[in-house]
Amino acid sequence: MDTPETTRELCAKAGYTYTFLSDPNAEVIRRYDILHRGAGPNGHDIARPAEYLLDASGTIRWLNLTEDYRVRARPEQIIEQAKALR
Amino acid sequence: MKRRWNWHLYAGFLLCLAGFGSYPFVFAEYPVTRDVPWANFLLFAVGGILLVIGLQRAFGQAQQYRGKIFGPILGALSLLALGFFCYIVFYMTKQLPPPSTALQVGQKAPEFVLTDTNNNPVALSSLLSAPLPGMQTAPKGVLLVFYRGYW
Repeated sequence: MDTPETTRELCAKAGYTYTFLSDPNAEVIRRYDILHRGAGPNGHDIARPAEYLLDASGTIRWLNLTEDYRVRARPEQIIEQAKALR
Repeated sequence: MKRRWNWHLYAGFLLCLAGFGSYPFVFAEYPVTRDVPWANFLLFAVGGILLVIGLQRAFGQAQQYRGKIFGPILGALSLLALGFFCYIVFYMTKQLPPPSTALQVGQKAPEFVLTDTNNNPVALSSLLSAPLPGMQTAPKGVLLVFYRGYW
């Protein structure tokens, strides 16, 4: 939901080097059907946390929605799923 | 006889405050203490025990220990902190819409074009096809991570 400028500051501060994209109008969030209406600051729409692992053809091989936004997929889980793509 | 300082009350209260405040700043950083906040409940438990000891002294040994007024106040504040913490971790963060069934394993992920941090457009199809720097072949896959946003 943040602008490229906001995420650029975050990445610089946190040292992230992976590709970080911005969806300020929640278009892609809506297309992936993970919009959480009004749950953001000031009643703005926000995304619900989600991870999608795609193979080389763009097919979804694993996805993770959470029932509690404190609890996310752990790196080890994702790496294990990614290894299964080979 | 001059009454003694009832340090158990203060220590108990501070531990309860730490139980609450340490979650966002310390324990939420690590999945092992974030998913189930046992470290914070431990802080609340030890703080609670100290508060109980302090209150027993304030009321049971009132000639030796102070704290008949601020003891219950600190105790009530600590209970509030615990209550608020429980509200957050057992209720608030679970308020999510029902899981979407729109996209399933086996379906194609919808194509999109979004802007990266340098304001360049990036398409999902290019992430899937363009080799990473130093590689010869296209990636074996792409991981899409949707964060909640509003950092």
